[in-house]
Amino acid sequence: MSTRNRALGVAFDEPPSLIGAHVHDRFVERAAREGLVDVAYRTVDTRIGRLLLAASPAGLLRIAFELEGFDAVLAELSEQISPRVLRVPGHLDDAARQVDAYLTGELVRFDLPVDLRLAHGFRRDVLQHLRTIPYGRTESYTEAARASGRPAAVRAAASACSHNPIPLVVPCHRVVRSDGSFGGYRGGPEVKRDLLEMEAIA
Amino acid sequence: MTDDERNRARSRTRQTRRHDPRSPFEDVVAEHGPTVMRVCRAILSRTDAEDAWVETFVSAMRAYPELPPASNVRGWLVTIAHNRAVDQLRATQRRAIPTDQLAEVTPAPSVNGLDALDDRDELRAALDTLAPKQRTAVIYRHLGDLPYAEIARLMGTSEAAARRNASDGIAKLRTQLQETRP
Repeated sequence: MSTRNRALGVAFDEPPSLIGAHVHDRFVERAAREGLVDVAYRTVDTRIGRLLLAASPAGLLRIAFELEGFDAVLAELSEQISPRVLRVPGHLDDAARQVDAYLTGELVRFDLPVDLRLAHGFRRDVLQHLRTIPYGRTESYTEAARASGRPAAVRAAASACSHNPIPLVVPCHRVVRSDGSFGGYRGGPEVKRDLLEMEAIA
Repeated sequence: MTDDERNRARSRTRQTRRHDPRSPFEDVVAEHGPTVMRVCRAILSRTDAEDAWVETFVSAMRAYPELPPASNVRGWLVTIAHNRAVDQLRATQRRAIPTDQLAEVTPAPSVNGLDALDDRDELRAALDTLAPKQRTAVIYRHLGDLPYAEIARLMGTSEAAARRNASDGIAKLRTQLQETRP
């Protein structure tokens, strides 16, 4: 475009900074007010790293760890929920505050609506059960399978935990192997260990 | 089929739909925001262009889920922006004219319309002197940065006509701008 500009002697191109933050903010406010945002998201810096929080109007849909790749997570949400994905920090202030308070040991019970649409069938049953495991307690994958209504489906219960779309708030970290070892975690095994130790001390 | 198999089948289906162009709308705004602003600024003052920019993305976001796969997203946005800006220009002209003269307002947006604006710039004024098809072609090509094939499709003309409109428009612009410059 710069060649054409020179040929014409006119600045056709304008710097991207032309779009002031206030203009972008006005668009986001309008989109939110008119109910166009199907998936709102923001990031939050915590002591275990940066997290992505995403919510539908019904509730929290997804919490992602940085190692999952935020762009990939947003692309997934765009495909699986709706492409009307927009960064709307205000929608998630409460969720961000509670997640941060939980990680600093000031909050033991989340009070947030959740939207479990990303999990289906038995996986969703397992997630519903996980929400009832209290702070500081753990159970085995075998116990989780039984409590979710399918005692034989231990591997499926483990799979539901490892695909949990809302870690921390749906406390899949409280499910550990029968031998007492921690098992895998979406945010990495060291984060799972950290959370269990934090809850044990409290 | 167990739930687990169903979940796996679902993720396979998703992978085969990878070519679907609908990326998160946030990315669309980031990628095409500057282009949309250039198009709005070719027609409107800064303040009005900002309004048109907001309106463009609000209406685009409303329609985004229904946009057919494999659409040219930039062409789609440039068209919306251009229409929005022209509508806005008409509205500005109406506001600037006493109500008892409203009946005499012609719908053609490009004739002297910019007199009502206090923030007119050189390029905008020069673009305003072009024939509507030339102006549209110049805006689509040089501000919207669209290929001629897409411009031809959007304007309902042949590709040759789109090229001619753009190059005639540029030639006239160059003359205009030389005249206004010492």
